[in-house]
Amino acid sequence: MRPYHALAVFAVAALLLASLSAPALAGGQLMMATTTSTDDTGLLNYLAPIFQKETGIELKWTATGTGKALELGKNCDVDVVLVHAPGAEKKFVESGAGVNRRQVMYNDFVLLGPADDPAGIKGKTMAQALASLRQHKAIFVSRGDKSGTHMMELGLWKKAGEQVPDKESWYVQAGQGMYKTLILASEKKGYTLCDRGTFFKFEADNQGHPPLVVLLEGEPELLNQYSVIEVNPAACPKAKQDLAKRFSDWLASPHGQKLMADFKVYGKQLFTPNAQ
Amino acid sequence: MNYILEGLVQAFRLLARGDPETFSALEATVRSSSLAMLASLVLGLPLGFVLGHGRFRGRRLLRTLVDTCLALPTVLIGLVVYSFLSRRGPLGDWGMLFTLPGLAIGQAILALPVVMALTATAVEGLDRRLGLTLLTLGASRRQLALTTLWEARQGLLAAAVNAYGRVVTEVGIAMMVGGNIKWHTRTVTTAIALETGKGEFAQGIALGIILLGLALLVNLGLIRLRRGATP
Repeated sequence: MRPYHALAVFAVAALLLASLSAPALAGGQLMMATTTSTDDTGLLNYLAPIFQKETGIELKWTATGTGKALELGKNCDVDVVLVHAPGAEKKFVESGAGVNRRQVMYNDFVLLGPADDPAGIKGKTMAQALASLRQHKAIFVSRGDKSGTHMMELGLWKKAGEQVPDKESWYVQAGQGMYKTLILASEKKGYTLCDRGTFFKFEADNQGHPPLVVLLEGEPELLNQYSVIEVNPAACPKAKQDLAKRFSDWLASPHGQKLMADFKVYGKQLFTPNAQ
Repeated sequence: MNYILEGLVQAFRLLARGDPETFSALEATVRSSSLAMLASLVLGLPLGFVLGHGRFRGRRLLRTLVDTCLALPTVLIGLVVYSFLSRRGPLGDWGMLFTLPGLAIGQAILALPVVMALTATAVEGLDRRLGLTLLTLGASRRQLALTTLWEARQGLLAAAVNAYGRVVTEVGIAMMVGGNIKWHTRTVTTAIALETGKGEFAQGIALGIILLGLALLVNLGLIRLRRGATP
């Protein structure tokens, strides 16, 4: 076979492949930007097919940090966002980028560390624990990536009246996703903040004996609230707000809420529905 | 260590049972990389020929620029292409963000300097008397270009293989422009990144092995081509 012929065959094949576009769906397609936790836990893989079956709408999503998800919403690249950083979300709505912010579910964060707890934070309040970490120069691994978890951590330092560490030798800014951050913290025998879902997974992967254990949990400020926000059609004329609203309504409906409550990871309920 | 063995077993299992998610990712990879390669070859071969054969002012500077572009970070290409294709960007009306053709644009930008630089090198490496001989024999410019490219065919194949290697393995553009959307723009590389993020290391390695398998198939095809092209 001569190269020219091969090139021609290659070109025709490429064009054929490109022309086979996905068939349009009757109910339309809804584009969502969301955080990695909703995707990594499998929640969306569980909800999307049910939503499509009941409404005919195909839910497509891109999973990133909350910061980037909101930026995609601001740039009109998605129709709806499902994120977990109330402070940033309020700014998103106030700036006119989003409408109808609706709380749909929550879970919580846990403060993890090595079982021998060198900084002695077990049994302390959040503020005391953070102060103790600084005092002992105990290694703390931060996500450092503007994700919802990272924003939560920054907020915790501020609420505790502590200056947010930055260049301190014991403060490690990973710039990675949650699971990789857990691995980094285990290797360094450090402390870290983690959403409970990812910790369940980490626990199961380590046959129930993870190198990091929960040292602090249940404090009210560790609540991890997820909200759905429709992209504002006034700012983004092409946004499919009708579909976005149907999704939001569906999530907040008793039926959607029950589906969330029924979703289990390793036999444990992961999200608690709380739509009003 | 276990991950590697588990990954190998898992790779065969995914292929054997025709796992729909794996095949969807493979299809996305094949489609976007084919489009990107088509575009970069159509543009890059003639441009590379001009760059290697032409005698014009600023050729060296241009050559240096193209060589520099070999170091373009994929994440940067992803961000730049995103800013053009975003609804708020100048090409937002095309609606190409989060689509495979959109992703292919970014990958073509990644491949273009590779094709151009290696084509230029291949053309430069030819005996300079070839051009003169052709001209004395009364060849037209088009005949001159085609014959020169034909004589440099081994180098052009190398250019295509290299460019394909970069396109099919990159993840920065696929994440940012493609968006890693399940059943649509999730390529093998973004699927690997996703599985790694979830801590499914063996699954990530399995997908990596499958991607290498795809590259092997493509290169086996090219070996046949190379045999045919050897004088």
